[in-house]
Amino acid sequence: MSTQTLEAPANSDTLVRGRRRRVPEITYSVLVFIGLLVVWQVVVTMFDISNILVPAPTAVAGSLVDGFQDGSLLTHSVVTLKEILVGFGIAVGSALVAAVLITQFRAVERVLFPLLILTQTIPKVAMAPLLIVWFGIGISSKVLTVALIAFFPLLINAILGFRSAAYEQVEMLRSFGASRMQVMRHLQIPSALPHIFAGLEVAVILSVTGAVVAEFVGSSEGLGYLIQASNFTLDVARTFAVIVVLSAIGIALHAAVVQLGKWLVFWTATPTDTAGEV
Amino acid sequence: MPTSTDTDCVIRLDSLSMLYPTKSGGTVQALDDVSLSVRAGEFISIVGPSGCGKSTLLRIIMGLSRQTSGQVTFGPSDDTHRNQLGMVFQQPLLLPWRTVRKNLLTSPDLHHARDAATHAKADELLVMLGLEEFGDRYPNELSGGMQQRVGIGRALMHDPRILLMDEPFGALDAMTRDQMGLDLLKIWDQDRKTVLFVTHSIPEAVLLADRVVVMTPRPGRLADVVEVALPRPRRLENINTPEFGEIVLKIRKLLDSEHSAH
Ligand SMILES: Nc1ncnc2c1ncn2[C@@H]1O[C@H](COP(=O)(O)OP(=O)(O)OP(=O)(O)O)[C@@H](O)[C@H]1O
Ligand SMILES: [Mg+2]
Repeated sequence: MSTQTLEAPANSDTLVRGRRRRVPEITYSVLVFIGLLVVWQVVVTMFDISNILVPAPTAVAGSLVDGFQDGSLLTHSVVTLKEILVGFGIAVGSALVAAVLITQFRAVERVLFPLLILTQTIPKVAMAPLLIVWFGIGISSKVLTVALIAFFPLLINAILGFRSAAYEQVEMLRSFGASRMQVMRHLQIPSALPHIFAGLEVAVILSVTGAVVAEFVGSSEGLGYLIQASNFTLDVARTFAVIVVLSAIGIALHAAVVQLGKWLVFWTATPTDTAGEV
Repeated sequence: MPTSTDTDCVIRLDSLSMLYPTKSGGTVQALDDVSLSVRAGEFISIVGPSGCGKSTLLRIIMGLSRQTSGQVTFGPSDDTHRNQLGMVFQQPLLLPWRTVRKNLLTSPDLHHARDAATHAKADELLVMLGLEEFGDRYPNELSGGMQQRVGIGRALMHDPRILLMDEPFGALDAMTRDQMGLDLLKIWDQDRKTVLFVTHSIPEAVLLADRVVVMTPRPGRLADVVEVALPRPRRLENINTPEFGEIVLKIRKLLDSEHSAH
């Protein structure tokens, strides 16, 4: 009898929890987001807030549609996207090479590591004006700003990653006659991947910021330029539209990195992780 | 025994000592004056209390640690077999991104020697290890004991002349453990590798070995080397014979007296 009364609430509790989980959590996030948009729209229309202060969501949407129809949003997006991708690519390549050199050669580590720690403390965006002076108003100064900003989190994570292999694992491979290169290929690179992807996730978002900041400092095209131009003409709805596009770019790039990571670093998905999602 | 000049001696340890530095600046003596001659094809079990330096001894022979003093010599000198030494570590140390089968194939992969024969051998090992259904699984889907079996298989795949095994059956249940021991003996019987087998189970040590090395608590010295003159092939029933019981008792007494002496 007493066991029955004890069991009953426990059962119904798990049932309720099970039923609640049928609705994907993203549904609630979307609902809240839409709710906020509605409140925003209502407040702007009710209090008749000026379009040059806060445009209504409908005005932003209208500006987005206009921008894509006349092609301006798209062409500027392509410019910024190019800066992001090239700069990010340079950062990834150089950070990985530097991390390998630092972790494989003691001499390189002794010379470079203190310098890296030192330069890491410099706020990288502060370098953007200098890069414009040195490399001009064109795309190369933007690419370099992006690369500079994305480089450090990647490097630090890659170094951590290449060092993360357990010493015993190295000994195990050596005991089977593995060369240093083979230890690198069969152990250190795969063990580094989870850390490298953690770095990539941070770096890809920083890359978007880097491109926009560099364009603010001096440019004649790109989404950062577009924000400044529309601010100048008090076209705040356009500014918001550009921010929406920038967010979309950031989300898409981040999602691509996460997806690639899941695919390449499949073994860290432990059974407990997946159980948590069921 | 230490100064044996046997021509078929494959490992000779001469007064090996090992001092580990400690964090506090002192030293820990793990091995003290260990001398031993191992004959080719011999199966030697090593027993001793935890922390007496058994792993240290295997690591030195394997070349992973450097002894403080003393010498390790391998013979006969013309033996330049590539897979001279192989080790089963106390932990499985599997590569988590490789399937069970690919973990078994670690050594052939490193030596670019993966062919039909190695694949067939891997299949055989999977069956022997009781893992035939797990060849395509990843290590994190396996129990601790299963992982350890893969570690054993990986060393057997390497096929060394001298096999060093550090508590390879430590994470296995009693029944699997007995079966694995007998399987190991079968494999050993095929090509008579030289085996150094560390275990905490005295009956297991006796059942498998030609000689049992009994070590003292830290610092590890050789208390005695006990001959196991039981006929081969050994079977599980051997455990119930009086001769077997006598040897087990002798080793137990050696370990007890060493314990109370400290
Ligand atoms: N890397 C090390 N640094 C310092 N001390 C160590 C190190 N490795 C082992 N020791 C010490 O040496 C002694 C012997 O260790 P070892 O691992 O060889 O023991 P063991 O006989 O294998 O023990 P167990 O049966 O528990 O595996 C221990 O006291 C240990 O603390
Ligand atoms: Mg040990």
